Amino acid sequence: MWDYSDKVKDHFFHPRNVGEMENPDAVGEVGSLACGDALKLMLKLDTSGRIVDVKFKTFGCGSAIASASALTEMVRGKTLDEAAKIADSDIANYLDGLPEQKMHCSVMGREALEAAIASYRGIKIEKPIEEGTIVCKCFGVTDNKIAHEVREHKLTTIEQVTNYCKAGGGCQSCHPQIQAIIDEVWQKEKEKAMVESAKKLVKKLTNIQKMKLIQETIERDIRPALQSDGGDIELIDIDGDRVMVSFRGSCVECPSSKVTLKSTVEAKLQEFVANTIIVEEVTS
Amino acid sequence: MKVVYTDNNATTMVAPEVVEAMLPYFTEHYGNPSSMHSFGGQVAKKIDVARQQVADILGADPSEIVFTSCGTESDNAAIWGILRANPHKRHIVTSRVEHPAVYNLCKYLAQSGYHVTELGVDSNGMLNLNELADAIKEDTAIVSIMYANNETGVIFPIEEIGNIVKQKGSILHTDAVQAVGKIPLNLSKSTIDLLTLSGHKLHAPKGVGALFVRKGITFSPFIIGGHQEKNRRGGTENVPSIIGLGKACELAKKFMNEENTRVKQLRDKLENEILKKAPDPMVNGHRTQRLPNTTNISFVFVEGEAILLLLNEKGICASSGSACTSGSLEPSHVLRAMGVPFTAVHGSVRLSLSRYNTMEDVDYIIEHLPPIIKRLREISPYGRETKVREQTKRISAGA
Repeated sequence: MWDYSDKVKDHFFHPRNVGEMENPDAVGEVGSLACGDALKLMLKLDTSGRIVDVKFKTFGCGSAIASASALTEMVRGKTLDEAAKIADSDIANYLDGLPEQKMHCSVMGREALEAAIASYRGIKIEKPIEEGTIVCKCFGVTDNKIAHEVREHKLTTIEQVTNYCKAGGGCQSCHPQIQAIIDEVWQKEKEKAMVESAKKLVKKLTNIQKMKLIQETIERDIRPALQSDGGDIELIDIDGDRVMVSFRGSCVECPSSKVTLKSTVEAKLQEFVANTIIVEEVTS
Repeated sequence: MKVVYTDNNATTMVAPEVVEAMLPYFTEHYGNPSSMHSFGGQVAKKIDVARQQVADILGADPSEIVFTSCGTESDNAAIWGILRANPHKRHIVTSRVEHPAVYNLCKYLAQSGYHVTELGVDSNGMLNLNELADAIKEDTAIVSIMYANNETGVIFPIEEIGNIVKQKGSILHTDAVQAVGKIPLNLSKSTIDLLTLSGHKLHAPKGVGALFVRKGITFSPFIIGGHQEKNRRGGTENVPSIIGLGKACELAKKFMNEENTRVKQLRDKLENEILKKAPDPMVNGHRTQRLPNTTNISFVFVEGEAILLLLNEKGICASSGSACTSGSLEPSHVLRAMGVPFTAVHGSVRLSLSRYNTMEDVDYIIEHLPPIIKRLREISPYGRETKVREQTKRISAGA
């Protein structure tokens, strides 16, 4: 038995604005019989572009019907721009929350609204998230759609992905692919965050600070590792983003020192100082 | 609020006679049946009575009955018990419509290095027996095929299956949780080697089950511990529940005729009237090779959870194969294996009766269910005109 809030129950047992509309200004349809839920949303606008009437029809479970009913109440009286700002979580919050496994119902509401607004504006329904390769064959969900939900709702587990877009809820054979998408999204986000923080640092750094940071990074994160292998490194000069170093000890003879230069020395300096740094080896 | 309970394949009311039989074993007769003193020893004698009662409903010998904690344990004990006793055999044959106790166990075994063959079913939920014969190899340790399906009530021709299994020299286990107490069984003239039953499906309490292990079958215990159940299941006996299971089996035997006449008449009336009154219904599963108490009906264009919530408002308890009623959002694997269109799976409702249901209950459901379907159809964006278009869609989606 699902633990539905009183508001969900109220909107399910007494759905608002059910029915068809004659000559609607905007219609948004999402979902399908095969998916197990679908929503058709119809809007009527006044001359100033405000939503004056709204109707819906839903095929779906209790929370799908309640989410659609809630959405109609939320959009009435709003302009399209205002309505477009409604997020999945706003629908869930309006209903005093939805069970975690039912979050896809609020996603369906927001998607129908997007589709209706797009159809009114004459935009051919922009569906970047629908493109891509089908990952979940049971519910016809693509890799791009899954990646979108993962980013949008900060999802970290397959179960959460199923709750938000149903992917992986059927035969489960796509679970390894969903996990790979989750991993990829968060790996990319992590890299992005690192680059962002590096950029911020660069902006703030004066030349003196930058030089100091390069020296500190070499002392703290690079030299101890090299020294443990009997080698060492010496900072020779800094010219803008060019950092000139010279290897010492066993590093001089080491055939892989060129790799170390890029994969360790340059990578560390890019990580901690600025991603624009280039390291060059000078022989002295 | 009035409650009309028609979810008896999920669980049943404990019969008042069963409760009465159990009560003294919580209070005055609390001894341990393994004890040397007569205070405990008298309890062991009562367990023997219960064992006889369970054996009687199955047509088995009491020595062939092992008490367990539930149907799932019996299924696990049967399959693991045979696999461990035959370690050189690595192949299992089962069906795609088993209860999760067998279905998920076999999936686990497949991941653990066993080779598992899952037999498909046709649109009526019936097996192809030629496929079964082809599937059994020399390496097949066990064939585990249910007696009757919990979702559709479809009964498999288990004796024919057993004959094939015998010819091929393998061992047959059947999960008969839904069959015991609903249809007559006679294991004395049977090809079944192991059989699972569960207490709470036949008006005994939850937390007790039994496994029939035919004499001469080599079997390793699943729960290893004390010498209880002749070394076939360790652990102090759940005495009150075992007494209750015995009593429930005695009652079930007594009411067997009623189950197959009055209860069947109630089910048939319920089904026929709903088929007449509700829009676009279809029955899932074979109409005659079926348990007398079960009907599984799909209503296209509406969703099962919404139906159940509205039935619940009227005090009617039922269940659905819809994805939204399962914790995992996975629609019924049974209906999908039968090739039931996705849409019809989502709109499926199972009503399962017991001898405690009355004509009044049936009339109450007939009065309230069809308007619920009509009400949801009015909310649904789909209708008859979408049927043809969507049906082609379903086939591709179900593939």
